[in-house]
Amino acid sequence: MLAVVLAILILPLAAGVVCLTIPARLAAAVTAVSGIASFGLVLALVPEAAHGDLSELSGYLRADAVSVIFLLATGFLYGAVAIYAAGYLKGRDARYVRRCSAGLNAFAWAMLAAPLMGSLALLWIAIEVTTVISALLVAIEDTDRAAEAAWKYVLIASAGLSLALLATIFAYYAGAQVLGEHYNLAVQPLIDAAAKLPKTPVRLAFLLAVVGYGTKVGLFPVHTWLPDAHSEAPTPVSALLSGSLLAVSFYAILRFYQVAAAALGSGFPRDALLAFGVASLLLASLYVFGQRDVKRLLAYSSVEHMGILAIGVSFGAPAALAGVLLHVMAHAAAKANAFMGAGVFTVKFGTKEVAAMRDGVRLLPWSGPLFLLAVFALSALPPSGIFRSEFQIVAGGLGSGSYAAAAILVILVTLAFFGLITSATGMLLSPARDGAQTAEPGEPSAWMVVPVLAGLAVLFLLGIHPPGELTSLITHAAAQLGAR
Amino acid sequence: MSTAPGIYQGAANVIAALMLLLEFGMLRQALVRDQVRLYAAQSALISVLAVVIAADRNLPDLYALAALSGALKVVVVPLVLRRLLGAPVSEDAPGVAGSYTLNPASAVLACIGLAAFGFFTFGRLHIAGPAAPALALAIAAAMVFVAFGLMIVRRDVASQAVGFLTLENAVSLAALVVAAGLPLILETAFLFDLLVAVVVFGMLIRAHHTKAESLSTADLTRLQG
Repeated sequence: MLAVVLAILILPLAAGVVCLTIPARLAAAVTAVSGIASFGLVLALVPEAAHGDLSELSGYLRADAVSVIFLLATGFLYGAVAIYAAGYLKGRDARYVRRCSAGLNAFAWAMLAAPLMGSLALLWIAIEVTTVISALLVAIEDTDRAAEAAWKYVLIASAGLSLALLATIFAYYAGAQVLGEHYNLAVQPLIDAAAKLPKTPVRLAFLLAVVGYGTKVGLFPVHTWLPDAHSEAPTPVSALLSGSLLAVSFYAILRFYQVAAAALGSGFPRDALLAFGVASLLLASLYVFGQRDVKRLLAYSSVEHMGILAIGVSFGAPAALAGVLLHVMAHAAAKANAFMGAGVFTVKFGTKEVAAMRDGVRLLPWSGPLFLLAVFALSALPPSGIFRSEFQIVAGGLGSGSYAAAAILVILVTLAFFGLITSATGMLLSPARDGAQTAEPGEPSAWMVVPVLAGLAVLFLLGIHPPGELTSLITHAAAQLGAR
Repeated sequence: MSTAPGIYQGAANVIAALMLLLEFGMLRQALVRDQVRLYAAQSALISVLAVVIAADRNLPDLYALAALSGALKVVVVPLVLRRLLGAPVSEDAPGVAGSYTLNPASAVLACIGLAAFGFFTFGRLHIAGPAAPALALAIAAAMVFVAFGLMIVRRDVASQAVGFLTLENAVSLAALVVAAGLPLILETAFLFDLLVAVVVFGMLIRAHHTKAESLSTADLTRLQG
């Protein structure tokens, strides 16, 4: 187990370093191999995490069921995006390809490292590293807009993470009252000692963590960097940002939730998450209407889904928690698919404007229909995995008596569905303008189609019949989160 | 609070208060160079506080932390910042003097309000122990609010970056008073993380500066909605 974890922590970083020194063609290949191999390594962790109890690997590393779920989401995306990048980067100059490939590997490395950290302090450091690397990736296009987006991102996210650091420090203060001065902020001892922790610092730490890490999750009202960064980053980076980075930051909130729920009872942390979740969902479901930039549209959809996660945790019922964990994986696959599909459109049409993309079904014989399927899957139409996860969340909410919140969730998700689908059908089905110069039908690159197919396969698998190992992994993780 | 503070507590409170004053100084400074200088002074105070705590509570780790923090935040970070944004700006651009969204007096008044809010709310939480003078923690909270204020009322990338760095100093102050025993390895990791963040901030400021030919953020309005 430890060997696999160490391999996950070394391989992507090594690939990133190698990419800087080799020819551009090889850099794309190394990235793809590293991505697929990393996903394989993560899969190797599943059986043990699904059945084993806790895996405290050392004082500083930890791989339990909850962390493996987030690793699965990131690992899959890393593999998919690495293949996609081979097509996306084709034709760019060698220096750009090398830097972008190295950045992608390093970014994936930081996101794979975060859920493996056994201490809240190391978790904070890993998430800060993801900010630093991804800010450089957002700026990599070297345009005015990219520089603006990167500046807003790094400033807002770093300020948010300073609050998260404050949260970590108060968690240490609370823990040190029980566990002694030389306690290293390891997660498990803190949860075990939760009943004896002083209440006020834990409450403060939890709220600061929700606001601080919530900045990177994209919770309202600290989401403002998100649409800018998602729209200006290169598409493979946008896919990783949306599908994985937001989830990894949510993972940090979940760890604080575990401690807070054990120390304070679940009432206070649930109420806080519910408030942030509903506000985010409301904002996002209104903002998806009338978005002119397709990547901003998808970015607001990410805010929506992060709101759903927060609401799901606030329900607290085991079914809802299982739904949340499934949602993390399904959203990673679906959102990455949508971004990768939209990326093909932006390459084909040379613009990100929704209104300028027309007749996609004819011009992109594969990516057009696949994009539509991806948007359907993202909007929770069965048999997508997102349908199953949202169904579980709503069922859990109704089961735990949160009728109003469950109803609000259903209404706002439906609203967002209309917003998304209006834009997507316009891009695909509205006929080209009369007299407009239209391109020849054809795909920019087969490498940009394959990962979308893989993503759809995963979504259908999660929706129709999740593998037994995965189901027991989720059950196990939900039990950990729900344990009082 | 009813008894007089001991030497250590008194020193911690005085240093915290001085740090808050320096923060208001940054709010008023017109030149990037001077802002960075005040930041260095504030960081030096953090190191002094670490030495005081190390002596008082017999935590030898903190001497190492004080030295490392001093080397990074008093020397390296200001050098990096000055290199990346100091020289070209002071010649052809009017520094950051004209970047107020409010007029200076209102900005300071607003930040005094913020500081008071932070001070009294955290003061009421009664988070204190043998290692944590409640007053110093309340001042750290006030600093956090003023740092956010600095980022909001000044419309230039340099002030925003300095605002972030001083926010980090405020968090360091809070960490010293409530979490002095935190293992050195973690504190060190936090510091190196800060250094990396500063380099990235610097690179982005540089990119902004070459593109916009000013430090102002007033034109960063292309991405909306």
